[in-house]
Amino acid sequence: MAEEIKNFLYLNRRAPYGTIYAWESLEVVLIGAAFDQKVSLAFLDDGVFQIVKGQDTTGVDMKNFSPTYAALGDYDVNQLYVERESLEERGLTVDDLMHLTWEDEDEDWAEKDSIRVVSRAELAKIIEQQDVVFSF
Amino acid sequence: MKFAIQINEGPYQHQATDSAYLFTKTALEKGHEIFRVFFYHDGVGNGTRLTTPPQDDRHIVNRWADLAEKYDLDLVVCVAAAQRRGMVDAGEAERNGKDATNIHPKFRISGLGQLIEAAVQSERLVVFGD
Repeated sequence: MAEEIKNFLYLNRRAPYGTIYAWESLEVVLIGAAFDQKVSLAFLDDGVFQIVKGQDTTGVDMKNFSPTYAALGDYDVNQLYVERESLEERGLTVDDLMHLTWEDEDEDWAEKDSIRVVSRAELAKIIEQQDVVFSF
Repeated sequence: MKFAIQINEGPYQHQATDSAYLFTKTALEKGHEIFRVFFYHDGVGNGTRLTTPPQDDRHIVNRWADLAEKYDLDLVVCVAAAQRRGMVDAGEAERNGKDATNIHPKFRISGLGQLIEAAVQSERLVVFGD
C-alpha cells in the first residue's frame, strides 16, 4: 500500500434529511478518517443545514445524526469549510450552526474552532487544491 | 491514466450509472486503467442479478458484468448501503439470517474502505450522480 497522503475534500451539498446523501456521506468520512489522509469537509447549498444546531427529528421518525458532527474533531477531521453565500441565501449566520471544535495536540490540547466560513470564490480555490473530491 | 469510479444512483431511475458505464467502457477501450468501480447509496441496486428489464431495453446489470468479464473489472457494492437496501451475498445472508441472495456473481460486497483505497490509489476519482 502506498504511503502517499492526499488531500481529500468532501462536498456536502444537500439538506440532512429528505435524502440519505448527508448521512451516508458522513459514514464515508468516518471510515475514511482511518486512512491517514488530509481530510476537509465543505458545506454548501442546502448542505449548510447539516450543521445547523438544535436539530429535532422526532416528528419525521428519522435518526438525528447531527451529534456525529461534533465527534469529527476526535477523528482529526477539523477543517470544516462553510460557504458564506449559501448561509446568506438561506437567512443563516454562523451563530445558527453547531459550535464544532477540535483539540490541538501541538498546543497543549487547546480547543479550536473547526468551522471556517469562506466565500464562494475561496471555496472554488480550496476545491482546486484537492487531490480527491467526493461529492454528496 | 488510472481511474476510480463512484456511482451514487440506482439503475434505470437515473442516468448516472449509464454515464458511468459508457465512461468506464470508453476509458478501458482507450487503454486506461479502472482501479475499481464502487457502488454507493442507491447505486448498490446496480448489482442485483434479479434485474429483469423489458427485452428491448439495455440490461444495466449484465452490461456491467460483461465489462467485468472482459476487462477483469473490480465491481464493489458498499456493504453498509447494501444492507439498508436488501442487497445480499452469501456471507451477508449467513450473518444476518436471510434466506436468499441477490448479488450478481460479477459483483462483490465490501466496505467503504474500498472506496477510500480506490481514491488513494487512482489518479482520478470520478463520481457519477446528482
